Amino acid sequence: MTSTETPLQLRSRAEALASRLPPLLVAAQHLAQSVELGEHGRRQSGQGEAFWQYRRAQPGDPAHRIDWRRSARSDRHYVQEKEWQAAHSVQLWVDPSPSLAFASDAALPEKREQAQLIALALAALLLRGGERVGLLGGAEVPKRGQMTLSRLADQLMFPSRDVPLSAHFAHRRARQVVFSDFLGSLETTRAFVETAQGRGQQGVLFQVLDPMEELFPFQGRVLFQDVAGGVRHDTREAADLRNRYLDRLASRKDELRDLANRAGWRFYSYHTQDPASAALLWLWNAIGEPSR
Amino acid sequence: MNILGIGFTAPLLLFGLLVLPIIWWLLRAVPPAPRKQVFPAVTLLLGLEDKVVQADRTPWWLLLLRLLAMATIIIGFAGPVLNPDTSGPRDGRLLVFVDDFWPAASDWPQRVQAIGNALDEAGVNARPTAIVLASSAVRADAAPNVDWQPADVWESALPGLAPVAWDGAYDWDWVTAVGDADVLWLSDGVARAGREDLIAKFEQLGQLDVREPSAPRLGILPAVLDGGDLVVSVLSTGPGPVSDVTLEALGPDPEGIDRALLSASVAFDAGARRADLRLTVPSELRNRIDRIQIANHRASGAVTLADDSLRRRKVGLLNTAGEREGLELLSPLHYLREALVTTSEVIELPALTELIKAGPDVVILPDVANFAEADRKALVDWVDGGGLLLRFAGPRLAASDLTQREADELLPVRLRAGGRVVGGAMSWGDPRVLAPFQESSPFFGLPLPDDVQIEAQILAQPGPDLAERTIATLSDGTPIVTRNTLGAGQIVLFHISANAEWSTLPLSGLFVQMLERLAIASKGQTRDSVALDGTTWVATHKLDGFGILSPEDAAPGVPGPKLVDPVGPDLAPGLYADGDRVQAVNVLRADSVLDRAVWPARVEPRWDVQSQRQELGPWLLALALLLGALDVVLTLWLAGRLFPGVQRGAASALVGLALVIAPQASDAQTETPPSVLDAANIVTLAHVLTGDTQVDQVARAGLLGLTDQLYLRSSVEPAPPVGVDIEIDDLSVYPMLYWPLTDTAPIPSPDAILRLKRYLAAGGLILFDTRDAGVGGGTAASRRLRSVALPLNLPLLDQVPYDHVLTRSFYLLQEFPGRYRGPVWAEAALADAEQVEGMPFRNLNDGVTPVIVGGNDWASAWAIRADGRPMFPVGRGQAGERQREMAVRFGVNLVMHVLTGNYKSDQVHVPALLERLGE
Repeated sequence: MTSTETPLQLRSRAEALASRLPPLLVAAQHLAQSVELGEHGRRQSGQGEAFWQYRRAQPGDPAHRIDWRRSARSDRHYVQEKEWQAAHSVQLWVDPSPSLAFASDAALPEKREQAQLIALALAALLLRGGERVGLLGGAEVPKRGQMTLSRLADQLMFPSRDVPLSAHFAHRRARQVVFSDFLGSLETTRAFVETAQGRGQQGVLFQVLDPMEELFPFQGRVLFQDVAGGVRHDTREAADLRNRYLDRLASRKDELRDLANRAGWRFYSYHTQDPASAALLWLWNAIGEPSR
Repeated sequence: MNILGIGFTAPLLLFGLLVLPIIWWLLRAVPPAPRKQVFPAVTLLLGLEDKVVQADRTPWWLLLLRLLAMATIIIGFAGPVLNPDTSGPRDGRLLVFVDDFWPAASDWPQRVQAIGNALDEAGVNARPTAIVLASSAVRADAAPNVDWQPADVWESALPGLAPVAWDGAYDWDWVTAVGDADVLWLSDGVARAGREDLIAKFEQLGQLDVREPSAPRLGILPAVLDGGDLVVSVLSTGPGPVSDVTLEALGPDPEGIDRALLSASVAFDAGARRADLRLTVPSELRNRIDRIQIANHRASGAVTLADDSLRRRKVGLLNTAGEREGLELLSPLHYLREALVTTSEVIELPALTELIKAGPDVVILPDVANFAEADRKALVDWVDGGGLLLRFAGPRLAASDLTQREADELLPVRLRAGGRVVGGAMSWGDPRVLAPFQESSPFFGLPLPDDVQIEAQILAQPGPDLAERTIATLSDGTPIVTRNTLGAGQIVLFHISANAEWSTLPLSGLFVQMLERLAIASKGQTRDSVALDGTTWVATHKLDGFGILSPEDAAPGVPGPKLVDPVGPDLAPGLYADGDRVQAVNVLRADSVLDRAVWPARVEPRWDVQSQRQELGPWLLALALLLGALDVVLTLWLAGRLFPGVQRGAASALVGLALVIAPQASDAQTETPPSVLDAANIVTLAHVLTGDTQVDQVARAGLLGLTDQLYLRSSVEPAPPVGVDIEIDDLSVYPMLYWPLTDTAPIPSPDAILRLKRYLAAGGLILFDTRDAGVGGGTAASRRLRSVALPLNLPLLDQVPYDHVLTRSFYLLQEFPGRYRGPVWAEAALADAEQVEGMPFRNLNDGVTPVIVGGNDWASAWAIRADGRPMFPVGRGQAGERQREMAVRFGVNLVMHVLTGNYKSDQVHVPALLERLGE
């Protein structure tokens, strides 16, 4: 807010922005509906509701844990074990850098909008599954419950500050989902993934690209500049650069995939013109996988 | 310089074309600007080198386009002219001789334009110039003043030139005194005596160049009555007009508003130079017709005024003599009927009340002595309202002793009973004859036939006012016709009977002439000089050269016989009145002719000299602008930024282009008048929309400036000014209207006139601004002012006196300048205004003047631009700024005057009131 802005102007601007929030929430939940919710039990005994197995009672088992109905059918005492059902914690991070504020066509969403939508849809899905979801570097630790979703949406749309991708903010044992176009320097990403790997955290690198970045449909004399206008590249014949650019882009993706694979993470490249539901399904599966 | 029939006014500029190759080289050397592309993945591109190093060139066709635009600009500024005047500049003196008789009026603006062009040319060549109007060179005794001046001096006098309303012959004696000069003769193309001699004289001076439009001149002959039909003839100098000519008959409608009562078109047969139109018009309508004119043909000869000859008065005869059926020649009505029936509408009814209900102009009572009380009252009321009652004596009136003792208001004089018989078989004397009419009598000048003899008459009682009321006497001095007024009407008594029993007067032609003089019978044709002999007529309306009829005040009397002379400098066309009788003096008379001027073979009149010469410069510059716009579009297209949405720049460039092309349209859209509610809420200044965009904008800017000044200087805080359309907008919410007059503005419709009247009656004020520095008279704006203000029934105007409230309603002022310093007019002070004892001011008028009229172009002095600076210069330097300040002060005073009325005038009494309170 500039100093000349009146409270009235601020309020109207805020209302205009906030009016986008419910549609985003609705869109995210609508997207989340498309994914069938499945069990993701830990396939081992532990805390939980579902029956897992009976085992012979051993010395030290408290008497109240003995399943008398099962024990009565034989001469031994059995204890009923439940499947271990622990909630995951998932932390989301959407790249705040200006290069995501780009859409090559008015009909296409901005990369950031699409990343936020998918992130929020994923959060909705996870919350419905009873997981804890939070933002990396967010004000709160990952939480569960439906109220969390609107808080998340709020924080995604209006972050109080730009959080860098840093392992410092990563919650212990929380899975990390990183939304970015990964077009800048890869060093922070590499450091983050490696630190997380060292902690045994799993995660996903989710790349959001605009179709123009994938196709490079330029020719003639073009002055390229990034969204902030700081970095420029001048060329006399853009068509001549196309193949070399595509090579660089492919190698950038390979590098990311390598990084992910080595750390046991997953990598996905998504283009804003593709349907978001497929990407969401992939993400759901990637997150929902039992930890290895 | 002349290339391919195209001349250049500034040929040196064409050397600029040599620059084109340099521009070509420069454009080739500089590649087009790269298109900018936002691309987040630019980091991946960093370090990639161009493999193909090829200078990106501007396409050849774009280069060609730009060079073409450049060349068009250079050629356009070099002033190319198609069909230039090859005659070359001339020097020496130039005499412009202008036919300014009425046939020139129909295309007067084009003539003024042609004179202006000639003056321009003369001004460029520094030729001394003189303009001589043909109307000033009509009389041999007064030679026209040939005044040699620089052309621009004459040019400033051009708007004041106006055609005269009459026509005359050329005089050529003055030419010899002129000396050497070339002559430019703007002829009106109508045959006129003296042309040959004038041509010969002019050719002795120098080169003679005659300009004459080929369009035919039209004139209209006076309408005549044929049976009940109006017959109008239109003359043309031929060849006849291509399309039909529309004739309009104008006059007041039942509400008294002047409008076209009927219009009809008349067609000229091939080759014919005269076309007749026969109109069957109901007499009600016909009596209302004031004038008949050729529509859209402004000239005094294209208007013919209607007078009594077209109007037939309704005469009511009271037929009481039913019992004397059979003795037709003895009936008192017989001779009256014979005298009147061809020239008037005669109604005969036996009952007086019914007769009055029929609405006659004249009621004739033959020998009626007694009335029923109801009849008497109705008759008195009718005469009082302006009727003319004509009574004849007879046996019954002679027998009655009604007026023996007291006067009857329905008789002009008291009568003696019995009557008097002279020269009969039983009397001693001879029959009497009429005495010559006195000069004060309406019958003055009528010749007396020898055979009129009076044998019996009824005598009047002598009295102090008898002589005054007598308008005809017998040779022995006894009254034979007496007249008295009653209210607005009059009563005339013939002291003889209406039949031939008492006298031979009803048998004579004199009887008819006397009735005519009494405006009872109008003769159905134009009065001849005999009928007019001895009368004096006063012009009530005059026709100007353009055929516009305007009322005339205090014109000197004209002796009757002069009215049949052709119109000329001494006799203006118009309407002349003598009492109730109206005589029209028309430009064209029944026997007038309108012939085409015949020129000797060596003189070849031409007109469209100016139109062949065509400036190409503006068109070329417009083309260059278009090419430039095309270049912008193409360059944008090349850079991939043509379509808006991708880049705002392209869109704004296109919008800018659109603004250049259509500034008018966008202005019109931004100006939304506030609702009447707003204007009613806050004081709002308003100006009348004239339809001329520039005038309207200046008026609006002027009122805006005044509004600002009011804000600064006074407690009046008006809302932004609005333009009002007097045809549709509600005027009542605006305290004053500023009305800049233009000659192109449409004349308000009768409906709008009513609205304006209502507005003025409700206390509104209109500031009329002719914007011509108040030179008055001839300018188009002041003529328009006259036509607008005429139907408004304005009070008498006078120059604002030194002690008018306007001079002290806020500031103390003594003059009211705008951009000019001209006189300002407002409602005249009452004649009995007196200076109150001890007060510096007279107590002038109690109300606010309804109009203020001037030509000082106030709006221009007040006008400010959007940034608050003045829009137009006023005067020069410090004095000019002083004048602007005075203009603003006038505006403040005016608004104060409008809002406070005579409050300031009453303020002068405050010291006296306070003093009295102190006691």
